[in-house]
Amino acid sequence: MRRAGVWAWLLFGLGMIYFFLPLIASFLFSLRKLQDRLSFEAYRLVFSDPGFAYSFGSSLRWAAFTIVISLLLVVPTVYWVHLRAPRFRPIVEFITLMPFVVPAVVLAFGLIRAYARPPLMLTSSPAILVGAYVVLSLPYMFRAVDNGLRAIDVRTLTEAAQSLGAGWVTVLWRVIFPNLRVALLSGMFLTFAIVVGEYTFAALLAWPAFGPYVVLTFQSKAYEAVALSTLSFGLTWASIGVIQWLGRGGPGQAQVAGAR
Amino acid sequence: MAFLDLNNISKKFGAAAAVEDFSLEVQKGELVSFLGPSGCGKTTTLRVVAGFEIPTTGAVVLSGEDITRKPPHQRNVGMVFQAYALFPNMTVSENVGFGLKIAKKAREEIGRRVREMLDLIQMPQLGDRYPYQLSGGQQQRVALARALAVQPQVLLLDEPLSALDAKIRVELRSEIRSIQQRLAITTIYVTHDQEEALSISDRVVVMNAGRMEQVGAPYEIYNYPATPFVAGFVGTLNQLKCTVIDAAAGLLAHNGQRLKTGALIEQKEGALTVMLRPEQLHIGVVEGENQLSGKVESVAFLGSIIRIVVRIGEAFLTLDVLNKRGHTLPRVGDEVTLSFPPHACWVLPGP
Repeated sequence: MRRAGVWAWLLFGLGMIYFFLPLIASFLFSLRKLQDRLSFEAYRLVFSDPGFAYSFGSSLRWAAFTIVISLLLVVPTVYWVHLRAPRFRPIVEFITLMPFVVPAVVLAFGLIRAYARPPLMLTSSPAILVGAYVVLSLPYMFRAVDNGLRAIDVRTLTEAAQSLGAGWVTVLWRVIFPNLRVALLSGMFLTFAIVVGEYTFAALLAWPAFGPYVVLTFQSKAYEAVALSTLSFGLTWASIGVIQWLGRGGPGQAQVAGAR
Repeated sequence: MAFLDLNNISKKFGAAAAVEDFSLEVQKGELVSFLGPSGCGKTTTLRVVAGFEIPTTGAVVLSGEDITRKPPHQRNVGMVFQAYALFPNMTVSENVGFGLKIAKKAREEIGRRVREMLDLIQMPQLGDRYPYQLSGGQQQRVALARALAVQPQVLLLDEPLSALDAKIRVELRSEIRSIQQRLAITTIYVTHDQEEALSISDRVVVMNAGRMEQVGAPYEIYNYPATPFVAGFVGTLNQLKCTVIDAAAGLLAHNGQRLKTGALIEQKEGALTVMLRPEQLHIGVVEGENQLSGKVESVAFLGSIIRIVVRIGEAFLTLDVLNKRGHTLPRVGDEVTLSFPPHACWVLPGP
């Protein structure tokens, strides 16, 4: 028991070093913009570049649209599958996993080939980017909602609400959504983190976004680019921290869900 | 016409029939239990009344209105589930007030009604608790209050006590019955527990394999079972294989020992089965009654009663003796004589 404990901590420590060392190195590097001393000069320059606000603002907008569409698509679908068609759950799960199987480059070219000509000309509209992001976020959103629905007795709660006079919309809005609060937040933050850091789609579909901006910065300004990466990491962690914080305890709340 | 009328209800899931040809008239204020083993169709029938299932054939008529195809949320039928099904994100008060809020009642009215309901279930102090802070028994009381708050025309209970401990189960079932009688609310109660059904119902419907076996008052069901299934499912029953000696006089024999029955025997000769309730048998010789001799096989102490199994030839007869202090109990291996009155025998043709 004692020996096993020591080994476990040793392995855990090694893992942590493996994981954190590059991050710490990057962070320290980003502080060396001024050759003679450590400073936040690189961060100051990043924040004063109008390109940063523009690209980050664009990414925030894409993330917001993606989250709304993804929620509207996934929640009713998965709810329906749980309630009426549990047999189809594995099929739905498989479909949502497609973005893990198909590389982003392939997907992006597929989208361009499919939507650059009639009947659906979408390449000139940001809808194509948001659509791609919805697909990209599917595995995370599906898992979050699915875990949330598994943690409550969906069918009985639905029937209890119905017998008390609630129609479908009321059941979803007053009973299902509130009990999925943490699961939904989890899906939303994961989607947010993915969209904000995404590069391939934004670059290939040629829409302004944070990912391509970071890459562009790398080509000329190393310190600023690393500062951006560090910021991006911090943002993702902050998102996950917020999920954990919102998910602590609370009456009958589902555990934090997500494919991580 | 009855208050709630179930008319020739059948429900098929694919090729399998869950309920077949079920007809029942429930009077206003009556508590009717559906009793049967799992898979007998009792829950399906209840769900047809609730509106969660639409019957393949037949009609549900509630106070003169055909509600067969009406969606559940428009039926004004209260339901209590085995799994409690309280909304985890709401307090006790919010749970109880949910139906009234949906019905857009005024806030004061909701508050008043919720307090009334919490008094009814004797939990006036616990309105601010969340479901996870309550015991199972308390949760089920809240579920009952929630179902009753909207003043439904019919109350449906689907195995409401199955998830609770034995002691709470007995307490809560008499509480459910007393609330039901005080409010005079028409109620259907689904259970697989015969003791529960017998103790709280005005009438019991015994079901098996999707069909109704018998409908009647608890006393009738227990004492005059209409079919072998009912006799076997409700209470313990001894079976004794006998041969006919004199059909007209009601004389039978088991393993060389004669016995007389009050029941009418249609069979002139051959084998038949005599059914006996354990509480009808007693140890010792009683004049004018049937006597069978055998050997004590086992003695089990169950608290208020003592259950003794006696071997008579090839048959085993179970009998219950009331536990009185100072009583001397037979021991395993003792030779005993059992007595039972002729009218206690219930005769079934065939071995």
